[in-house]
Amino acid sequence: MRRAILTGVLALVAAAPAAAQPRAGIVRPADERGLSLLELGRQLFAGNCSSCHGGLARGIARAPKGQGSGGITGLGPSLRGVGARALDFYLSTGRMPLSEPDAEPERQGVELSRREINAIIAYVTSLGPPGPPVPDPHPEAGAINDGLHLFTEHCAGCHQVVGQGGVVTGARVPPLQYATATQIAEAVRAGPYLMPIFSDKQISDAQLDSIIRYVLSTRNPPDRGGWGIGNVGPIPEGMVTWLLACVLLVGLCVLIGKRLKA
Amino acid sequence: MSGRTGMPDDVVAWVDRRTGAAPFLKKAMRYVFPDHWSFLLGEVALYSFVVLVGTGIFLALFFEDSTAKVVYHGSYAPLAGFHMTKAYASVLHLSWDVKGGLLMRQTHHWAANIFVAAIVLHLIRIFFTGAFRKPREATYLIGLLMLMIALPEGYLGYSLVDDLLSGMGLAIGYGVALSVPFIGGNLAQLLWGGPFPGDPQFWSRMYIAHVLIIPILLATLITIHLVLVASRHHTQFSRLPRQTERTVVGSPMVPSYAPKSIGLFFGTTGLLFLLGGLIQINPIWEWGPFATSQSTNAAQPDWYLGWLIGALRIVPGFDLTIGDYTVVGNPFWGGALFPLVVFIILGVYPFWERRRSGDRQTHNLLDRPRDNPRRTAFGAALLTWVLAVFFAGSADRAYETFGFSYNAQIWIYRALVILAPLVVYALTRKVCRELQAADRVELVSKAAEEEARAASAR
Amino acid sequence: MRRLPVAVIAALLGRRGRRAAAEAHGERIVPEGEPAPLGAELVVAALLVLSAICGAGFVVAFAVTTPATHQTQYLGLALGLCLTFLAAAAIVFSKRLVVDEDAEEDYPEPHPAEQAEVREIVRESGSRITRKRLLLGAGGLAGAGLTAALVAPAVSLGPVFDTDSLRSSPWTRGKRLVDERERPLLAYDIEPNTFYTAYPEHEDRDRIASPVILVRLDPNALKLPADRADWAPDGILAFSKICTHAGCAISMYRKPLFAPADPRPALVCPCHYSTFDPATGGDVIFGPAGRPLPQLPLLIDPATRELKAAGGMSGPVGPSWSGVRE
Repeated sequence: MRRAILTGVLALVAAAPAAAQPRAGIVRPADERGLSLLELGRQLFAGNCSSCHGGLARGIARAPKGQGSGGITGLGPSLRGVGARALDFYLSTGRMPLSEPDAEPERQGVELSRREINAIIAYVTSLGPPGPPVPDPHPEAGAINDGLHLFTEHCAGCHQVVGQGGVVTGARVPPLQYATATQIAEAVRAGPYLMPIFSDKQISDAQLDSIIRYVLSTRNPPDRGGWGIGNVGPIPEGMVTWLLACVLLVGLCVLIGKRLKA
Repeated sequence: MSGRTGMPDDVVAWVDRRTGAAPFLKKAMRYVFPDHWSFLLGEVALYSFVVLVGTGIFLALFFEDSTAKVVYHGSYAPLAGFHMTKAYASVLHLSWDVKGGLLMRQTHHWAANIFVAAIVLHLIRIFFTGAFRKPREATYLIGLLMLMIALPEGYLGYSLVDDLLSGMGLAIGYGVALSVPFIGGNLAQLLWGGPFPGDPQFWSRMYIAHVLIIPILLATLITIHLVLVASRHHTQFSRLPRQTERTVVGSPMVPSYAPKSIGLFFGTTGLLFLLGGLIQINPIWEWGPFATSQSTNAAQPDWYLGWLIGALRIVPGFDLTIGDYTVVGNPFWGGALFPLVVFIILGVYPFWERRRSGDRQTHNLLDRPRDNPRRTAFGAALLTWVLAVFFAGSADRAYETFGFSYNAQIWIYRALVILAPLVVYALTRKVCRELQAADRVELVSKAAEEEARAASAR
Repeated sequence: MRRLPVAVIAALLGRRGRRAAAEAHGERIVPEGEPAPLGAELVVAALLVLSAICGAGFVVAFAVTTPATHQTQYLGLALGLCLTFLAAAAIVFSKRLVVDEDAEEDYPEPHPAEQAEVREIVRESGSRITRKRLLLGAGGLAGAGLTAALVAPAVSLGPVFDTDSLRSSPWTRGKRLVDERERPLLAYDIEPNTFYTAYPEHEDRDRIASPVILVRLDPNALKLPADRADWAPDGILAFSKICTHAGCAISMYRKPLFAPADPRPALVCPCHYSTFDPATGGDVIFGPAGRPLPQLPLLIDPATRELKAAGGMSGPVGPSWSGVRE
């Protein structure tokens, strides 16, 4: 019976646009309200995740010959034991579902509702060991100066010292201006995609609170000097120099001086 | 005070008696400036320099050029308890606690950026109008020398602060010095006083170079440059028939031209202070102090060194070795040889053009860019070359912001750097020739109209 | 005191009468211009007054504002506008209150007569000299000697002849690895899928040769050269943290979660993206670095399980110079 539903639901999966995540393509069961959390999670997982992560979240290590159903080349890690921590991070930031296994999972608009996310988490964590739960950070208990110190030591190389994002060979590193405190904690502990995994042995919970407090503070920089122009340094400064100052100065010269008449 | 003339007799007589200046003043006051807006770009650079010196004096009264470490407990809370050099701490203090300190710092930094930009604009005007020709080659070379000096001056200035961003830039400077063939190891140690981060005296050296040695050098060169410009008289476009190689037509300094220069001076300084107060530049408290073992993503030099970071990024990864001996370290190509080649090309160009064209005459009249297609095309191609390398330096932010693959961009820029100048050369030459042809057609048709009008009037 | 408002009003309304200077002084040097348009003088005066107000505003803002409340913006606006109004006044002045002249001057001619005289002076001054070449040669020697003497003190700036100091390193066999807080690192502290920064114990950590970056890989995934087979106990690898391209700190570690789709683990430098493979001993796999990352051999103290250096680095640290491979 379960197999029938699975096949039926899989058959409904539309071919997702190649590079974008399947926004229009979230496959939902007909009557969500009537389903229990676990059942909702099972159906959502079947329709949106199993083509890459396998029917029972064991992962697909080698792509099947040709394309899977719905035009998706299924390839993805096992989710057994990853815990609510990682699941919540990927789903609540819109990084998953991802339509191409080779694409970098990046923050996108979230198509799934909170209940749907909780449902998927409930289902996947029921399949094996439950794994680490969603963390509960307390940035208000942290110290900003410790946070800056730790952030510079562990994070600034990739994320840029005020969290404006950057580049590593083969991937973009996201800016941190949109992450919630929980998502920051999840990412630090779970190490999504290419990010290192910082356990509480390397960064204690108290230190993590400080880091989060610092990151949250970068959204309201003091900007005592005026317009912050992005807080990334010389590139916007150079743009102001040429596109604003030089334009005005050349304009001033044209105003003052004469022009060539034929 | 004389009722009729405007100036008190006493003052003029007093000055002339003690300095003999009246003949000079008379000559200077009626000195003729040919009038075109593009002739004012050099003045913008000059006035930026004045602002640099003025704000720089203020900054120098607060800066501590010491690498001794202190623990910060000042008013910027996120850095509380940080170990930092006195240099960095003094700039933090200036920015956060000294009244007007941040305004002066930011104005100084904006002025530096605009100083170099104005020189570049001025250089472009000089090049494309052929103002470097005889008898102004010396003036041109001095100007080029000033541009070459302004770049390290700015680099030293923002490196003195010892923040994370500029410290990374200093490490790269060390890497470039080391990579110079044969003498790189010796050169780097001479400058830094030992392996990086160098002797504590290195900081004092940067400071004295930045606030004393180079400014005096620049001021001297500016003076010589202006004296030469005045002595040979400014070049002019031949707008009126009266403007010839022998006669310059324009506005006398007093009363016509001086108010314009004064207006430009106040306009430039006003813009610089507005920028210094309203748009943040180099918020060093956000970067934190430099440490050899730390770095941040998205680190960039100030714009006028952007061509170097681009070059450093697109040169393929290899050290040139002969057996065990490393002849050329990788950073040399992009960080030293590339800018050197560009400056050599610019410096040699007037003489090379003279040779190529066989034109050894004195030129006081300017070309419009279209009047010398080969020069204009060459200049456009050179500019394209430099710009292609310059934009390559921002490939990481382009990837971060727009998603264009970094690897793909690097390959595209490598191709552009070779192909784009060639294409631009050919295109520019064609455009100039077309414009010249159009001019000729217009001249002929105008002459025909005149004739027709004269004929019908008869 | 009563005279002041009268004077101001007179200045505003009154106009200087046209001076009959032409008759008194003969032909004018500066041509006569039309009397100023009605508003122009008032505009210039108004702009100057506005400038004065802004200048005063700067002083007030200086006294009244604090750095914490937009002081820089107020000061910048006040001073910037003060100068801008001055500029505007000068520009209006130049366009409306000053006669527009097209004056002429001659470009300077060369001075062949004086040039000849200069040459003549030089030639004639040498009338007593018979051994010109001898004197010139000796003078050249003296000049060279003097130049050498003047330049020589520059070598005091640094150990310019001793490039061996570029090889100097605080890492020796037995040196303990400590973290930022001077605590010794235990092998157990180093977890996989993350990176650590370490320093030699009791050494200057600002030295370019000091910082190392540590990662732990699966020992089966290592592909180290044969002579480094025991450099990575338990799969723990240590490399110089300083990039061999231009000297920035390598502060990025790319750790893949899912090998079939993700790029392999790598240490990456944020300056120009030189990318090094820890599994092969620091080979360059992308970017402009021309030399692999120097590796520090490690040993785990059998008694305390502390991480220690098992020797010096595999090569000199930092950017390449002529002797870096010798």
